[in-house]
Amino acid sequence: MDEQQLRVFIDIVSQYFEKQTGKAPDVGSPYLGDASSLPIYDFTGVIGISGERQGCVYVTAHRDLLRQLLLHVGESDVSDNNLSDLVGEVANTISGNARRYFGPDFMISVPVVVSGNARAIQVPRSVKAYILPLRWHKFEAALVVSLQ
Amino acid sequence: MALKLMIVDDSNIIRSKINRTLSQHNMEVVASASNGEDAVKLFTTHKPDVVTMDLTMPRMDGLECIRALRKINPGIRILVVSALADKSTAIQALKEGAQGFLCKPFSEADLTEAIEELLGDD
Repeated sequence: MDEQQLRVFIDIVSQYFEKQTGKAPDVGSPYLGDASSLPIYDFTGVIGISGERQGCVYVTAHRDLLRQLLLHVGESDVSDNNLSDLVGEVANTISGNARRYFGPDFMISVPVVVSGNARAIQVPRSVKAYILPLRWHKFEAALVVSLQ
Repeated sequence: MALKLMIVDDSNIIRSKINRTLSQHNMEVVASASNGEDAVKLFTTHKPDVVTMDLTMPRMDGLECIRALRKINPGIRILVVSALADKSTAIQALKEGAQGFLCKPFSEADLTEAIEELLGDD
């Protein structure tokens, strides 16, 4: 991935929060992460990517961030089921929106959501994973993009 | 008389948001489904006038579901509500028989406007 492609994801995640809540997140400096030390918060939504590009995109967020985000989108049910649903939907929306730039061969899976210590998440070990730290209000999350 | 609406999306939150928004605009939600297969079954039973349709779903995706629904009722009005933001996906959905395309994320105003456009002079 090059800088321009990374910028695509920064713009999309910023626009997502802006559109849904009126407040864009603070995006920290992107950095390269090792497959064994990627950020994992309370809920993680993973989208598998196939086609011309292969790998995964995932969104991981603190419970409190997702709770606030749910309330902002008008959903009063902040159960764990809805927090899981939301993190999957955020990952799905960001990945789907990326097709505007990458085209229809950027094929996305349905989201897989894991909660807690998501040891099951595997990014391609041969590919660099870019981590975009996010802070929205005072809560933390991250967008991780690992694409061949 | 309220129009009958079916919502098809694998996200409970999206189904809930569409339900909340369109229930205030003379639409009665008669069915909701989280995948295309269930949508086809519910469509036959509930005979909605309008369908909102996600594309990326388990078991049967939205494009396949649109084809199936159009076979049952060629006059059904379908608004695709999807995160897939490339032009070719929107064009393909319209070719399959959808009449409108709304890209996620969307606001309540975006959804209302898209439905009003879909319904035209009704």
